[in-house]
Amino acid sequence: MPSLNETQKIHHLYGRAAWGLTWAQWQDFQKQSPEKALNDLLKPAKASLLPLKVVEGEPPSLVELRDMSKPERQEMLKNSRKQVVMLNLAWLKEISQSPHPLREKMAFFWHDHFACQPKNVYHAQSYLQTLRQHALGKFEDLLLAIAKEPAMLQFLNNQQNRKASPNENFARELMELFTLGRGHYTEQDIKESARAFTGWAFEGANYIFRSRVHDYGTKTFMGKSGNFGGEDIIRMILENRQTATYLTEKIYRFFVHERPNPARIQSLAQSFYASGYDIGQLLSSIFNAEWFYASENVGQLIKSPVEYLIGLQKNLFMQFVSPEGPIFIQKVLGQMLFNPPNVAGWPGGRAWIDSSTLLFRLRLPEVLYRLAEIEVEVKDESDVEKMDFQANRPQRIQAQFDQARIQQAWASRPENLYAPLADYLLNRPLPQYQSPVLERLRGLPPQ
Amino acid sequence: MKRRAFLKQSALTTAGTMLIPGFLKALESKKASQNGKILVIIQWSGGNDGLNTVIPFRNDVYYRERPRLAVSGTEVLPLNDELGLNPALLGLKKLYDQGFVSLINNVGYPNPDRSHFRSMDIWQTASRSDEYLSTGWLGRFLDASCAGNCQNAHLAVEVDDTLSLALKGEKIKGLALKDTEKLYRATQSPGLKFLAQQAHTHPEDDTQHYLYKTLAETVSSAAYVYEKAKTYRSRYTYPNHALGRQLKTIAEMINSGVDTRVYYTSLGGFDTHVNQKPQQDRLLTAYSEAIEVFVQDLRDNDRLKDTVIMTFSEFGRRVAQNASNGTDHGTANNVFLIHGGKAQAGIFNEMPNLSDLDEGDLKFTVDFRRIYATLLQKQLQFDPGKILGSHFELLKWG
Repeated sequence: MPSLNETQKIHHLYGRAAWGLTWAQWQDFQKQSPEKALNDLLKPAKASLLPLKVVEGEPPSLVELRDMSKPERQEMLKNSRKQVVMLNLAWLKEISQSPHPLREKMAFFWHDHFACQPKNVYHAQSYLQTLRQHALGKFEDLLLAIAKEPAMLQFLNNQQNRKASPNENFARELMELFTLGRGHYTEQDIKESARAFTGWAFEGANYIFRSRVHDYGTKTFMGKSGNFGGEDIIRMILENRQTATYLTEKIYRFFVHERPNPARIQSLAQSFYASGYDIGQLLSSIFNAEWFYASENVGQLIKSPVEYLIGLQKNLFMQFVSPEGPIFIQKVLGQMLFNPPNVAGWPGGRAWIDSSTLLFRLRLPEVLYRLAEIEVEVKDESDVEKMDFQANRPQRIQAQFDQARIQQAWASRPENLYAPLADYLLNRPLPQYQSPVLERLRGLPPQ
Repeated sequence: MKRRAFLKQSALTTAGTMLIPGFLKALESKKASQNGKILVIIQWSGGNDGLNTVIPFRNDVYYRERPRLAVSGTEVLPLNDELGLNPALLGLKKLYDQGFVSLINNVGYPNPDRSHFRSMDIWQTASRSDEYLSTGWLGRFLDASCAGNCQNAHLAVEVDDTLSLALKGEKIKGLALKDTEKLYRATQSPGLKFLAQQAHTHPEDDTQHYLYKTLAETVSSAAYVYEKAKTYRSRYTYPNHALGRQLKTIAEMINSGVDTRVYYTSLGGFDTHVNQKPQQDRLLTAYSEAIEVFVQDLRDNDRLKDTVIMTFSEFGRRVAQNASNGTDHGTANNVFLIHGGKAQAGIFNEMPNLSDLDEGDLKFTVDFRRIYATLLQKQLQFDPGKILGSHFELLKWG
């Protein structure tokens, strides 16, 4: 495949580091250099980050909770789950409009990395804010903040981690999934570090340290002994270069290619470690590398359902009018924000595609343009009470297309639309053999 | 119809889809490995209350812990002096009496997880509870049985619109279809068929190759399954609900000789925290009515002898009922194996011990992966070690 021209490079960059290009951006970037486009992306936000919220205030206090009747509590829990879904939608909207798409992309990456399923909307809001706020900062700040997030403390049972009866769940995932990866720690390291996190808990939506249940004894962790607290454990894990390698590989596979390139990863990991785990700097190195734009790395990642959903909106001048659509699409394709399958996150890559999801993806544009019916029904979710906008099979997906802009975009185009369309929608030259495919698709009536 | 004649005919009727390289060859080569044995899995989602499904009707603890939810000894359908089926399971009881049902009690796994999603994950991937696998146990069966040539998605079919993790392998994933004709129609647009032929234009390890290949598999499997399955129409009336329709689809596929080895389907709604009885009764009745017809349908066509139907749920529920006339998430549960082969029927093992609980929950005595290992070995005739990673002792069953 020939190498990319300037516009195609920008296209590729925005596919990976952002969420795709709108028509207007694409037009603008025709006149720009990839360097300028990259600088735009990496430029730090001017304004401070406002938290995304669907509810204000604080969750009910322990006293208030105690005074509630059982039905009242159940109603509250139900509402909270519904509000988490509203937050899902609010984040989707923010992503699709954000002037800082890279930050949102990285927050999305961290949501998968620090996967958890908050059921309490206040926890979810706080967790999301932490992901976004530290998305491009120092990994240590992010990790420490996540370790204190009520959503995570609850999900990994650290609320039950007490001196008298340690719970190892958080300590295990901290090393296995969040930092070192399997095979780089011992069972003894897990036991000892779990003791260091005893007493890390939450009340309402806030982290608290319960000193009464914290184990102040001597722990031996990775060959060192001392009266370690959770912060010490995190620091020691970060001193281990394996953490930099593990994270770099995961980031490389997310942004560049599913198949890791050990030499590149090693070199990136060294700089990442030397920079004190500066996430923004690592990304900048990746996007500045010549190999990032090499043909072997272009057009090789399968979009996750959320990336696909956002990309559709950007590419097709489209907005969802009601919440059924984006929720249904996330469910059918297997990725609901705030509801990863487990703490290991979404399997991703080729796992997104099977007979059913592939047909659905191919058909979705027709469904959106009301040229085809929705024929798919999602599975019953047994333990989630269904909300009014969560039909297993909605009648239709209400979407609005910016007709004026579509007309404007294509008014001056020649009759033969598909070449420029392919230019706009794809980030690389159209291989020769695909022309007949498009020829065929073009003349076909909708099914 | 002879296989060759069938292939010839469908090659004509579905010209294009059958021209995908390797497809005909793959079909032919499967002949040798085909042993005709079939596994059907019915998943009860939500955590079925096993103690009100198979009822220990002589047990005082049971009646003490469930003052308003227990089923009385006069109502149950007795299996022996101590255990009886929920009266909603009349159809299942008839099958039991005919010697088609094995009941395995106390099935679970170490360190049980009480979250639906996580526990279902564990059952579907056959992982340990502290391990996260991204492929399903039947998906790995697909991977392992298609050395080199992974084109037969329909070897494992889920009768639903979306595919469960259980059927997702790394190299190949099962086929999701609610209805063979519906999937066939959805894959018949000339554009799709044309696209499906483009796999060869990409190098094999290329991501796009994987996409085209998945499409090709889908289009060709859909055509094969549709053409083959339409040669048998069930003369039975299945109950008019989702599970009834799903089992009818499966029966038509099995009885027409489609060479699918694994069928997967699910029935949801078992998460009965509140006012359990009417809800569970409705679901068990739906299951029981449908399974009775299904077994009869297979039996009439002499396919029951080749089939095992496993019914499971991701966990059982707590021994004690809650204050809302429901039950909360528990642990060990019962599993039904329905079959017409030589395997012994009846109650396979000891009944649940309600006096020896783990914080109010039943203790498991049979790891579910032993059932999987047994089914892999005896029904799918495949080395379970290759699928399950470690060794699990086979059950003395089958």
